[in-house]
Amino acid sequence: MKKVLAGLVAVVALATPGLARAEKLVIACGSVGKEADLCKQGAEAWAKKAGHTVELMSVPQDAGQQLAQFQQLLAAGSSDVDVIRIDVVWPGLMANHFVDLKPYFPDDVLSQHFEPIVKNNTVNGKLIAIPWFTDAGLLYYRTDLLEKHGQKPPTTWQELAASAKAVLDAEKKAGNSKLVGFVFQGKAYEGLTCNALEWIDSFKGGTIVDQSGQVTVNNPKAVEAITFFAGLVGNVVPKGVLNYQEEEARNAFQAGNAVFMRNWPYAWSLANSKDSPVAGKVAVMALPKGGPDGKSTGTLGGWQLGVSKYSKNEKLAAELVKYLTSAEEQKRRAIEGSFNPTIKSLYKDADLLKANPFMGNLYETFVNAVPRPTITGAKYNQVSTEFRNSVYSTLSGKGKAADNLKKVETKLKSLGKDGKW
Amino acid sequence: MRWVKKVAFWLLLAVIAVYTLFPFYWAIVSSLKTGSALFEVSPWPKEPAWSNYSAVFTAQPFGQNIFNSVIVATAVVVLSLVLGLTASFALARIEFRGRKLLLVSVLAVSMFPQIAVLSGMFELVRWLGVYNKLPALIVSNLILTLPFTVWVLTTFMRELPKELEEAAIVDGATPWITVSRVFLPLMGPAMATTGLLAFIAAWNEFLFALTFTQSDSVRTVPVAIALFSGGSAFETPWGLIMAASVIVTVPLVVLVLIFQRKIISGLTAGAVKG
Amino acid sequence: MTRPTTPTAGAATGATELPPSALVRERTRAAWLFLTPTLVAMALVAGWPLARTFWFAFSDANLTDMAAAQFVGLASLQSVLEDPDWWTTVWTTFRFALVSVSLETVLGLIIALALNAKFPGRGMLRAAVLVPWAIPTVVSARMWAWMFNDIYGVINAMFLSVGLISEPLAWTAEPELSLLAVVAVDVWKTTPFMALLILAALQMLPGDIYEAAKIDGAGPIRVFFQVTLPLLKGPLMVAVIFRMLDALRVFDIFFVLTGGSTDTMPMAGYSRQRMFEYQEIGVGSASAALLFVIIALFTTVYMVVGRVKLGGEA
Repeated sequence: MKKVLAGLVAVVALATPGLARAEKLVIACGSVGKEADLCKQGAEAWAKKAGHTVELMSVPQDAGQQLAQFQQLLAAGSSDVDVIRIDVVWPGLMANHFVDLKPYFPDDVLSQHFEPIVKNNTVNGKLIAIPWFTDAGLLYYRTDLLEKHGQKPPTTWQELAASAKAVLDAEKKAGNSKLVGFVFQGKAYEGLTCNALEWIDSFKGGTIVDQSGQVTVNNPKAVEAITFFAGLVGNVVPKGVLNYQEEEARNAFQAGNAVFMRNWPYAWSLANSKDSPVAGKVAVMALPKGGPDGKSTGTLGGWQLGVSKYSKNEKLAAELVKYLTSAEEQKRRAIEGSFNPTIKSLYKDADLLKANPFMGNLYETFVNAVPRPTITGAKYNQVSTEFRNSVYSTLSGKGKAADNLKKVETKLKSLGKDGKW
Repeated sequence: MRWVKKVAFWLLLAVIAVYTLFPFYWAIVSSLKTGSALFEVSPWPKEPAWSNYSAVFTAQPFGQNIFNSVIVATAVVVLSLVLGLTASFALARIEFRGRKLLLVSVLAVSMFPQIAVLSGMFELVRWLGVYNKLPALIVSNLILTLPFTVWVLTTFMRELPKELEEAAIVDGATPWITVSRVFLPLMGPAMATTGLLAFIAAWNEFLFALTFTQSDSVRTVPVAIALFSGGSAFETPWGLIMAASVIVTVPLVVLVLIFQRKIISGLTAGAVKG
Repeated sequence: MTRPTTPTAGAATGATELPPSALVRERTRAAWLFLTPTLVAMALVAGWPLARTFWFAFSDANLTDMAAAQFVGLASLQSVLEDPDWWTTVWTTFRFALVSVSLETVLGLIIALALNAKFPGRGMLRAAVLVPWAIPTVVSARMWAWMFNDIYGVINAMFLSVGLISEPLAWTAEPELSLLAVVAVDVWKTTPFMALLILAALQMLPGDIYEAAKIDGAGPIRVFFQVTLPLLKGPLMVAVIFRMLDALRVFDIFFVLTGGSTDTMPMAGYSRQRMFEYQEIGVGSASAALLFVIIALFTTVYMVVGRVKLGGEA
């Protein structure tokens, strides 16, 4: 009986040459709540259309841990994942493991995206990933609390600290003991690098390592910036922030327990969702300047989609990437999850602007976001870790900013001798 | 004054009991809370959220993770016992040159820090082609279980009566027959104890699992619990994490309670009796 | 117990029917045959990887292309020894080990003494004491992480309500506090092990000494310090050093409980970070090799102090 069945199957298979086999693709995209849902929906929509299946691989929440996992996976030459979501600072670190996507993306498609990001994703002439969404650090604040206590949205960090203190003092007197002034990402991970870079840049203290590869982190403005923020820890910034990543900060803010929060745009749609205690009471603006002579800035974030060199279905994986990074999908993700598109024309789309007005009036912030020093190439991870560790030590009271920044300068200089990385 | 001493003693016992059991109790309580209830500190939730327990299995393939842990631990235990049994016979009952050195080496291997073999093991796993597959864990966990299995079984083997062995030799039995027919039946309790300890060690193992597995479907329980993420929109899924913890812990606790005496004798065999 | 055997390698085991040399030869051959599978397995999973790690320690291997590793002598080792972060992790690990093991020994002693007494419900208490040990380390770490949560954790809540602290402490964030938190978890998890070891040793102590002490009218405190403790010294030392070795190798608890900052990282964490986050297999392996050497030194101490019986003489 078995033989007959096998024979029948063989005949059917031979007789229907046009029927392509249903392949299974694995994609590693975000694991944090909404983002994972959106990714899943997008991937499944493509799968249905294309007649294949897509499975999601879960990844750790911490970007640094994700990097470690991917490095191991790719170093092992594993074909267990096809499409990988990579951070804007990783192309230099992982270039050898990815497929050149130029053959699959004609120029007219590529030119729809922001050029700097496409350039960022091109390593030695190889286009290793397509931009998926872009990010910049923003300041969230409670409109109701500021109004109640006669405070205006701050234009400098110093004003923010003063406002936060004023609101805190008044609220504590009224019995609200849970409220804190300002929350951000203070745990010693990549998120702290982003936050600290914003602080330094907002005081016009440079970008750790400049465009030509010279180490600039130890300068008076940078020291001033880090000292200022270290001083906030323990009064308007609770010590617990030293263990916060994005979600912890968002939880505190969304539960109504923080006056100010620094976070990425994704928190906007969540803060305004129907079961959020602060829905309708929050506003978002560009980060404050570091004093009247400073500048308003935000760290460039954002993620891209690349195809692993070891994938068994390169062509299909490229198709999946094409679908997910298309204008239609990027618009959906922007409206439902506040993920900033990388396609320029979408910033004029009426529906998108209705859901996320800040994407219109903060356009300049996104376009001029300060990038992290990826000039350091394969050593970026180490540079970032040394930098953020010195900031973390200062924030947690271990040493003054001046000493810690001097130490990290020495270390970075030994890593990138004469600006050669 | 005797009653003061008695009261102090019972107080001490109570403190010990609370100290050892409180975190487990708190995990159970937290696992039954959801949403805002998690943010209140109450001894028992007003409305126990049993849904957390089913959510654990839908949020990620936790059932698969448990299954993976069972497979890996069982395979490791079987391999260790088989290898350990014959090795311990040789080490315990036969005098030969180099025996002392071998025993020292076995003991030394059990002291290896896992990190010291990690890069070499990574290369090995890649070479065997089992990266991100369960055999990678089965192979690597042997370094944890084999040495002490051999050591503990050797200790137990030594205790078996000489007369049995002599009788077997007189009857013309080969060493293999002596092990399999004469000693094996007697080693039952020892094998059960060692097997149990090896099972717990393999179940618990974290670093190799973290390094050699990536896909959810291949993960084992410790890694799954450590990296438990992807909660719903609002809160970090502490309720789910505690539920997963309880699910994993309860069978282990039951196992350990049933086999208390065996476990204790196994643990002390290696260290105290030396 | 086994009859004492003569120490020479060729001694017969007491059989008289068969010629001793043939029997001995057969048994020795069998011994090696029986040992071969185990030796092969250990060479494969322990010997080879360790050798490779030492090889990598003398190379500049990188994760992106491990095959391209070149021999660089002591350069990788030098980077480790010159890295202040490495020394921070060494200090953290040793502090953790010393504090943890001391606490475990003291608490273990107290619990063992309590369990040694006869009282109703002793079996149940002993079962309760085993519970922390039964829970996987990573699970314990997560349970305690939740209890130590700065906003919603029960520990802060309890301390606040009895006035021990005036505002919530960030247990898992500040380096000093997080070391305490890690120690707390490790002590909770491992005290049962120490307690059981000590209990077993206590139960093997000869009863007549206590009788003599009682007749002499010695109070329980004197009995403890002058009778019990000296007798326990041997097993206690063995247990302590055994635990120290484990504590120096720590990885799991720190990983789960604290962040990636080098202020709160043990030596094993440093190695892993270098190997898999910076892709520097060479430097990471060098630090792992160093850790191995440190542990090896302690192991030698363990074996000397424990006077581990290898020959099998009763």
